[in-house]
Amino acid sequence: MTNKRDSIFAAVLLAAAFILVAVLDRVLPATGIIMTVLKKGCIYSLVAVSMNLLNGFTGLFSLGQAGFMLIGGYTYAILTIPPADRASVYQYFDGGIVQFAIPFWAGLIAAGLVAAFLAWLIGLPVLRLKSDYLAIATLGFAEIMRAIFQWDKLGPLTNGSNMLRKYPSFSSLMFPFAVAVICIALIVLLINSTYGRAFKAIRDDEVAAEAMGINLAHHKRMSFCISCFFAGIGGALLAMYQTTIQAMAFKSNMTYEILLIVVIGGLGSVTGSVLATFLFYAASEWWLRFLDSPLMIGSFQVPLLRSGFRKVVFSIVIMLIVLFARKGIMGDRELSLSGLMKLFGRKGKEASANE
Amino acid sequence: MSDTNANVLRLEHVTMQFGGVVAVSDFSMEVNQGEIVALIGPNGAGKTTAFNVITGVYEPTNGTVYFNGEAIVENYPKGKMKKLYLGDSSTICDKVISKTPDKITNLGIARTFQNIRLFKKMTVFENVLIARHMRSKANFMSATFRLNLQEEAENREKTLELLKLVGLDGMKDDLATSLPYGKQRRLEIARALATEPTLLLLDEPAAGMNPQETLELAHFIREIKDRFNLTVFVIEHHMDLVMEISDRIYVLDFGRMIASGTPEEIQNNQHVIDAYLGVQEDE
Ligand SMILES: Nc1ncnc2c1ncn2[C@@H]1O[C@H](COP(=O)(O)OP(=O)(O)O)[C@@H](O)[C@H]1O
Ligand SMILES: [Mg+2]
Repeated sequence: MTNKRDSIFAAVLLAAAFILVAVLDRVLPATGIIMTVLKKGCIYSLVAVSMNLLNGFTGLFSLGQAGFMLIGGYTYAILTIPPADRASVYQYFDGGIVQFAIPFWAGLIAAGLVAAFLAWLIGLPVLRLKSDYLAIATLGFAEIMRAIFQWDKLGPLTNGSNMLRKYPSFSSLMFPFAVAVICIALIVLLINSTYGRAFKAIRDDEVAAEAMGINLAHHKRMSFCISCFFAGIGGALLAMYQTTIQAMAFKSNMTYEILLIVVIGGLGSVTGSVLATFLFYAASEWWLRFLDSPLMIGSFQVPLLRSGFRKVVFSIVIMLIVLFARKGIMGDRELSLSGLMKLFGRKGKEASANE
Repeated sequence: MSDTNANVLRLEHVTMQFGGVVAVSDFSMEVNQGEIVALIGPNGAGKTTAFNVITGVYEPTNGTVYFNGEAIVENYPKGKMKKLYLGDSSTICDKVISKTPDKITNLGIARTFQNIRLFKKMTVFENVLIARHMRSKANFMSATFRLNLQEEAENREKTLELLKLVGLDGMKDDLATSLPYGKQRRLEIARALATEPTLLLLDEPAAGMNPQETLELAHFIREIKDRFNLTVFVIEHHMDLVMEISDRIYVLDFGRMIASGTPEEIQNNQHVIDAYLGVQEDE
């Protein structure tokens, strides 16, 4: 019963969000600071949820998200640059070797598939080992990918260390929002299916899961590939948002940032990851902006406020959260109507008891 | 007894060494269709290790495990183990068969754990439902797009049935770890039954139970055995439970089998009294 009410509540909320996004697209400047936060929020929400599928729901610790985003972004760009523009993009490589273009939606799917395929290849040897090795292997993989994509010899395909551009991109908020909603909905459906339960069983107790007939290697690989599929799509969205893509930018910092978001939101909570993503980018790009600009009160210059101070404050806030709220905003629960009612119901009771 | 076709489970010369520790030593035994067989012995005798070998958690140093006549586990000592290994039967095996635990569960062997291993962050209901996953025909696509609704409904129904059977349907939405000890053990049995086994391995199912609960458990084991046409192999310390339900008993001490036979034979066996039963009485 509560389940049904919860899904109706979620559907209504989602419909309201779609309307809000449509309105925002009309009233807000496309490159304003709020739009930046919202667009990045959508893109990184998807990536954070994909990472949570692996780290929070399957109990596998991967540090390769930036690498798989890189692969997704490049796959999308390489396959969708219109042939007419290739000569100017690949100016040092005679227009490159790819001389066709697929539609943007096919490019998005291809981005996911290529990332998933590479995940499958790495997973074959690594997922047989204890799970710590996955973190090391994926971290190494991401760094290697970054180097390979900048390699001159692959220039005809990747444009070497030069950026790729002129592929189809978006300017509306609706596009990344819709793609993120569809992808996250798919992940949620998977998590609530029998396979999602198998993933959670592996997370809770590998030995028991195996004794219940769950093929560990098979299910871990599946979770890893699906996670990377969506990270690839996230990478393609990021490439679209930036309108240019360069391998250099996909440093492991990016992965740590996403990991941080997942931890802040709560390992094993999809809504937590989404909430944390928006809070994270709102704080880092918007609310804490003022810390970076010198401020004069009368003739007194407020100390410390200068370019770069924002990062310091931000890091301290993050450290405090990780130290004192280890379970993150949501723990492993989800934001839902019945959860909210319980929360306020309890608060209400406490309040009346105190009177 | 020696009719091999009736053997549901047969161990031949099973030895399990951890470095210099011989946890199970040249252990041969069998469990026949429809029997309840008990494995007893002092703590550290190697009983749980024997279960772990049967279910594929450990690869034995030497020996073979047959399930319904098929070798599911087989190994012989190699390298360092060969030097350490002192038994004469090391020559009887010459190939390595090591099925993973999930494959063995798939064949029809289900187990419970001595140190309860429930899925901690899941509800009572989910803990049993998860064991239906193995028999599910859905792939991840059809499961994601909800094309397996009928199968899912059947699994939920079956799960609820099993929870009713163990008397836990009233608390199906509670976290598994919030249950009292005895109920957690029953939940583990329900979870094992959900995999549709033909052989059920119970590792100290009465541990932590009071005499009343132990008695109920004895009836319960008989009941599920008849209802699901099971063969049961049980490790237990409560002698009243063992004597009450077992058709036959094997006794391990320091990894070696020191006796086997009917409950009466075991109760009157001087070795067993010296090594185990006598000690029990002192406690
Ligand atoms: N994984 C392991 N590594 C090393 N020694 C082990 C391992 N598992 C069990 N043992 C040893 O094997 C012996 C038998 O243990 P166990 O089978 O748990 O005994 P029981 O279940 O009869 O109480 C003990 O001495 C134990 O320390
Ligand atoms: Mg034991």
